[in-house]
Amino acid sequence: MSELEDLYQEVILDHGRKPRNFRRMEGADREAEGLNPLCGDHYRLWVKLDGERIADVSFEGAGCAISKASASLLTGAVKGKTVAEADRLYEAVHDLVTGGPEKADPAAVGKLAALSGVFQFPMRVKCASLAWHALRNALHGDARVATTE
Amino acid sequence: MRAASEMQRTAPAPYDVARLRREFPILEQRVRGRPLVYLDTAATAQKPRAVVEAETRFYLEDNANVHRAVHLLSERATAAYEGAREKVARYLGADSPREVVFVRGTTEALNLVAFTFGRQRVSAGDEILLTEMEHHSNIVPWQMLAEEKRARLVVAPVDDRGVLRLDELERRLGPRTRLLAVAHVSNALGTVNPVAHICEMARARGVPVVVDGAQGAPHGPVDVRALGCDFYAFSGHKAYGPTGIGALWGKREHLEAMPPWQGGGDMILSVTFEKTVFNEVPYKFEAGTPNIAGAVGLGAAVDWISSLDLAGAAEHERRLLAHGAERILRVPGARLVGTAPEKAGVLSFLVGDVHPHDVGTVLDREGIAIRTGHHCAQPLMQRFGVAATARASLGLYTTLAELDALGEGLEKVRRMFG
Repeated sequence: MSELEDLYQEVILDHGRKPRNFRRMEGADREAEGLNPLCGDHYRLWVKLDGERIADVSFEGAGCAISKASASLLTGAVKGKTVAEADRLYEAVHDLVTGGPEKADPAAVGKLAALSGVFQFPMRVKCASLAWHALRNALHGDARVATTE
Repeated sequence: MRAASEMQRTAPAPYDVARLRREFPILEQRVRGRPLVYLDTAATAQKPRAVVEAETRFYLEDNANVHRAVHLLSERATAAYEGAREKVARYLGADSPREVVFVRGTTEALNLVAFTFGRQRVSAGDEILLTEMEHHSNIVPWQMLAEEKRARLVVAPVDDRGVLRLDELERRLGPRTRLLAVAHVSNALGTVNPVAHICEMARARGVPVVVDGAQGAPHGPVDVRALGCDFYAFSGHKAYGPTGIGALWGKREHLEAMPPWQGGGDMILSVTFEKTVFNEVPYKFEAGTPNIAGAVGLGAAVDWISSLDLAGAAEHERRLLAHGAERILRVPGARLVGTAPEKAGVLSFLVGDVHPHDVGTVLDREGIAIRTGHHCAQPLMQRFGVAATARASLGLYTTLAELDALGEGLEKVRRMFG
């Protein structure tokens, strides 16, 4: 596969076109915003907690295929996980998009392996990590807007 | 943008893009295994050998500080620096080189005007008039000034083609308007504004006009007197010169009346702890050691542009714009943002609902460099209801074949994203 096909894998294109959990959430426990001021990618993310467990997560917003697909994959990956598990996933995704598949634990990333082509595109790492920064802010009560700049 | 004939002592060779490209060694390379197609000249232009060599020669042979020492190298450096000022003054049609202030670029020039001239003229309740198509650097300094003075920004709209609504602009020139700031050419859409006409309208109401010439000056010599503006700012690097150098032209009487902007060496006549006597214009605006080599490079750049067959270059650009627009629109779902009849150098577009960043990444893998994003013109993007566009911008070295490559690249985008 070419690097471009690695980046825009079928899973990414599919989630970019048809993002999952792409809706506003009423009665969320946590909420955070992700903004990339340079390119204008802008998302809002909602989390419903059941004790330490993420009962529901959703997002809305606009941006490129990579940022939208990454946010969509995030919602599928962290739903039902504990906050601590989501934090570990954040780290695993960070390693994956900056270092590539060899730097990431395949068992930890699971379906998120679709993001494994991103590391070959340094200019796009911030797209892939935007929603993850927002999630971290949401979970840890940081009210600031997450930016990847 | 003045006719080429006025500038030329000897007739230039007819415009020949293939020959001209040989003066840009950077364009000969392959990137990602393909010939480089550089369509990001509005962000920064590539530099001809003449510019690179002028700057290199200065460092290799003449480097010393200016206006200081009595030794020979300082004399040569001063002559080169002031010679560059004369070249820029000629290029802009200034009455005198003393009306030309060297700055880092357009942004610094606009800030300089805002925080000297603007600060003197604008008070609480006054208005600063801008247009909807301004670059952030022709918005933010005025906004900062307005905040400081409790003044108000007033914005003249553009129509759906990206043409400035002159009737709306005129209506907004009111009794409280203290200043009008307008782009010569829009960086995001390519619209060429009728600056002479705008200046005439403003002059009738006694409103001074500051022109952002960042995208205007690269197209050929400017005649600030014919435009009738009060200030004209441009950046060297967009005009085939080095980064970190640009020029502000201002009417002599304005520059004389303006306070200095930054304090330091070179902008003074005498300093005691009780009082400093400021230097004359333009030196009172050039505190500290300037970008001497950059100025030399900028002088070489404006000379290089002036040596071209500019009528031929303009004709070539018209062909490129027409062909590029046609080639982009042939891609299913593609549309242009900015379709003003008077356009220069820029093709802003969207491909269906594919995000411009994804367009840019696919094109990059084809060796094609374009800019994607809001182009530092977020209010304009909002006006068109988009967060971002893809922008192909043209230079004197751009070829029709490169726009065909762009078209093929966009078809690949279409295939990938459906």
